Amino acid sequence: MPTTTIDGHEIHVDAEGFMTDPEEWTEVLGKSLAHQIGIELTDEHWRAIRFLRSDFHEQGETATLRRISVVGGIPTKQLFELFPQKPAKKLAYVAGLPKPHGCV
Amino acid sequence: MRNLLVLGAGTAGTMAANKLRRRLDDRDWTITVVDRDDEHHYQPGYLFIPFGTYDRDDVVRTRHHFVADGIRLVLGEIDRVEPEAGLVRLEDGRTLPYDYLVIATGTTPRPDQTPGMLGPEWRKSIFDFYTLDGAEALADALLELDHGRLVVHITEMPIKCPVAPLEFTFLADDWLSERGLRQNVELVFVTPLDGPFTRPIASARLGAMLEDRNIVVESDFMLERIDAENRTLVSYDEREIPFDLLVTVPVNMGADFVARSGLGDELNYVPVDKHTLLSTKYPNIFALGDASDIPASKAGSVAHFACEVFVENFLKHIDGLPMTVAFDGHANCFVESGDDRALLIDFNYETEPLPGKYPVPVVGPLSLLEETRANHLGKLAFRHVYWNVLLPGRPVPLPSHMSMAGKHVHTKEE
Repeated sequence: MPTTTIDGHEIHVDAEGFMTDPEEWTEVLGKSLAHQIGIELTDEHWRAIRFLRSDFHEQGETATLRRISVVGGIPTKQLFELFPQKPAKKLAYVAGLPKPHGCV
Repeated sequence: MRNLLVLGAGTAGTMAANKLRRRLDDRDWTITVVDRDDEHHYQPGYLFIPFGTYDRDDVVRTRHHFVADGIRLVLGEIDRVEPEAGLVRLEDGRTLPYDYLVIATGTTPRPDQTPGMLGPEWRKSIFDFYTLDGAEALADALLELDHGRLVVHITEMPIKCPVAPLEFTFLADDWLSERGLRQNVELVFVTPLDGPFTRPIASARLGAMLEDRNIVVESDFMLERIDAENRTLVSYDEREIPFDLLVTVPVNMGADFVARSGLGDELNYVPVDKHTLLSTKYPNIFALGDASDIPASKAGSVAHFACEVFVENFLKHIDGLPMTVAFDGHANCFVESGDDRALLIDFNYETEPLPGKYPVPVVGPLSLLEETRANHLGKLAFRHVYWNVLLPGRPVPLPSHMSMAGKHVHTKEE
């Protein structure tokens, strides 16, 4: 498993740079990861990140956009504004979670 | 007497009931299957209807024909499951008690879930082909098509048979070419995914096939609404894709009674253990086939392989023994690619579709991830296997667990 260093933290990542160990994630790291993809985190971003992490903790899977909207109460439209173009992937990346399955 | 109640007499429900009827003593067990009507549809056949290869008679049979003697088939609309009481209510007021329940009510395209889909353009310029009526209406529309933009579109994953939209696109390309119309029709494939398929090696292979055929791929497109008046798909991030003829795959959802019964997730799929198909909430409820939330393709092959594992586990579970066989998410799909050829893909939860050979007893090995005529013939022959072997619950000489035999593992590095 490759590792990478972000802001002095060594983390385990997959081939696309998604963190593979959710336990290695911290909020400080989340900020750095967001910075890497050109996003400055606001309260609205944090609301989505916290939902994604707590839902992952309960379900063991990264939530889909539909789940974030239906269960997390954050409309898909807003997720596209917060994490442009590829919200599901960008959000998972910043939250230190595996890329969502989307489809199988 | 103990009652096994199976909701849904489709692929998974019929197979499970038939297999278990042979294994459960009829002095101890009644088996009841419920469905809303008496029409069993061979859903993989819908793909061929728009092109006139199959018609209604090829894909519809009576359900009674496939439900074995000793199983009661009840026709009625399901109102709800009451898990605490151990019974199912039908809309007409009948109640069916159960000791064990199998939910196998599948997944259904829901055009009502997207604004603008079910408007004045529905079945005029907007079509689906995952219903028999839709596929038939599309057959008529294709005959009228002589120029313009044909857009094939997936609204949201997961959908049943995730390769069918690609197959439809390949077949449409071939069909238009044969009629000398291909140069007049722009073919566009629109997907919410970041490529034509989820798993990387198959996605690259299928992507190259689309490119070879001059089919434009619009990826990462999450549909918010359809502007029917202007015949345009509009995404959440304001991207717009115009169409003259839209072939869409609407959002797929599990049955509404699952939600009413408090048994579903946000798409009405029943959360289960992905290796045993047992509900995460109730120790006497299983979900089989497309109705469950397992992270596998929603496809008949998955239902078939899972069903074999389920039957062995169920027999242990009812005796209070641990379930010892683990379902691996095995899927096996023929992918029609036009010109009477098809690819075959074989994969599971852990292993993505790989190139190589797939061993089949008697018939001989079939090529994986490669377009061959043998694969196409396999796909056509499968309809007979489905009606005559699979649904009656007769043994199919293919292992339910995925095998690595014949697969090439290191193609990327070579």
